[in-house]
Amino acid sequence: EEMFYGWGELLNGISPYAWAFIGTGLAIGLSVLGAAWGIFITGSSLVGAAIKAPRIRSKNLISVIFCEAVAIYGVIVAIILQTHLDGPDPKLDGAVSLKDKFAGYAIFWSGLTAGFGNLACGICVGVCGSGCALADAQDGNLFVKILVIEIFASALGIFAIIVAIIISTQANFGADE
Amino acid sequence: ANACRQRECRSPSPPFARVRPFPLCEAAQFRHNMASMGYFNVDNGYLEAMVRGYRSGILQAADYANLQQCDTVDDMKMQLQGTDYGNFLQGEPSPLSTTTLAQRCTEKLVDEFNHLKVQAVEPLGTFMEYITYGYMIDNLMLIITGALHDRDTAELMAKCHPLGLFDGLSAASIPNTAKDLYEMVLIETPIGPYFTDVLALWKSPQVGERQPGVEDLDELNIEIIRNSLYKAYLEDFYDFCKNKCSNETFEVMAGILELEADRRAINITVNSFDTELSRDDKFKLYPSIGQLHPEGTARLALCQDVDGVRAALDPYQDYRGVLAEAGVGEEKSVENAFFELEVQMNKDAFEQQFHFGLFWAYVKLREQEVRNIVWIAECISQDQRHQLSQYVSIFQ
Repeated sequence: EEMFYGWGELLNGISPYAWAFIGTGLAIGLSVLGAAWGIFITGSSLVGAAIKAPRIRSKNLISVIFCEAVAIYGVIVAIILQTHLDGPDPKLDGAVSLKDKFAGYAIFWSGLTAGFGNLACGICVGVCGSGCALADAQDGNLFVKILVIEIFASALGIFAIIVAIIISTQANFGADE
Repeated sequence: ANACRQRECRSPSPPFARVRPFPLCEAAQFRHNMASMGYFNVDNGYLEAMVRGYRSGILQAADYANLQQCDTVDDMKMQLQGTDYGNFLQGEPSPLSTTTLAQRCTEKLVDEFNHLKVQAVEPLGTFMEYITYGYMIDNLMLIITGALHDRDTAELMAKCHPLGLFDGLSAASIPNTAKDLYEMVLIETPIGPYFTDVLALWKSPQVGERQPGVEDLDELNIEIIRNSLYKAYLEDFYDFCKNKCSNETFEVMAGILELEADRRAINITVNSFDTELSRDDKFKLYPSIGQLHPEGTARLALCQDVDGVRAALDPYQDYRGVLAEAGVGEEKSVENAFFELEVQMNKDAFEQQFHFGLFWAYVKLREQEVRNIVWIAECISQDQRHQLSQYVSIFQ
């Protein structure tokens, strides 16, 4: 009988491969969402401010690059996660080993950690970058000072991927030893 | 019946409220969102950055020092070439008059404003239109007063503020009764709804009496109409900022609009000392937003002279020094005191990012700059150099 009793059964019934692939997808997806969000926030301010102060054009592209870096972190994590995604072990004959379940959960949450961390990071860098462009247009001395704030903001993304990678190191699909 | 029905929303419903037919004021939903820094830039980031760019071109103390050292108005034209104004006076014949100077400066401001407005997305587009309604009211009053005194319409149109031009403005001199004026000219303009409320408030004709007409409007009534229209406009704008704009915009604009409302209240009081305006009528004219509402305005309505006004304003820290006993040129110093307060508030609007208040603040700061330039030009051309430094400085 294929009846599920309650959430426990339902969640247990989801294949670890589903968890793993969703996690990998969200890692890159949410990171890119964060990066894009940040780029439009900083890019629109940069374009407008550069009308009166064209000198800020090249320097403030750094803000856009920091946002882009967030997307790259997401790509890195996704690639690392997918190396753990092996095909099912034929010896198991369809059964789900404990190791598989661990791997599935580990990869899912690793992906989500990286994804949400980078989402927040991307938005943060975007808002700081917008302020940086506007301040630089008024007074050129402010650029480097505000850039320091942006560097701290982009460190958030690095924290996220470090934790994500550590979580996923133990994750391997296959039979229990 | 018109108040916002959201539980925590304590907005009193002002008599001229134009709250849209939503059961819940949008502010209730909008304000509970995260701060607008996440999504403001989608539609408005470019324009905000442009306004900040324009702001950096506002004349600084050094520019004013240079202007003050000019000998003639033509010298001022040379000095202004080095600023953001550039060659805007290129084709003007010399000697340059102060009216031409004022006109060209204002035109430059209007060009920039329209350049921004044309690219604006809702709700910024509506916000920028609200900025123009004040000028529309002034222009309308100008045309009507001029028509009363049989002035030439074309001449009056030339004196209108360019930001407040609307279709049908020139036709405002033709109709003879207020009702015709409304139906012919005003009904399709954005300030039309304000006029209905003014008529309802002041002119409810008794049975058997003829309809109130434009010929009824003597000097006193014109000012009442102007102030009532402006009151309706301020309250409507306040409502708009509260309900349709983000929290940051409302924070910034609330302070600015309240200052404007208080300034109006004080000016109405001071200007109506020698007229037959009754206490109740005065009270009807005071806007219902602002620090002075309702206790301050109640006290102001009772004042009979300047000392009374000073006593009424004493509890309000911001306005305490406004009617200082300056002696010479007392009239001007009240205006200047308010201009200074306004300039400070408008400068502060630029301290925040991601709100619409900057657009209003920029227009007002540039207006003040034009007033300053004209003041300096007048002092120079009339050889009153000792009064040169009495302009309101914007940036130190």
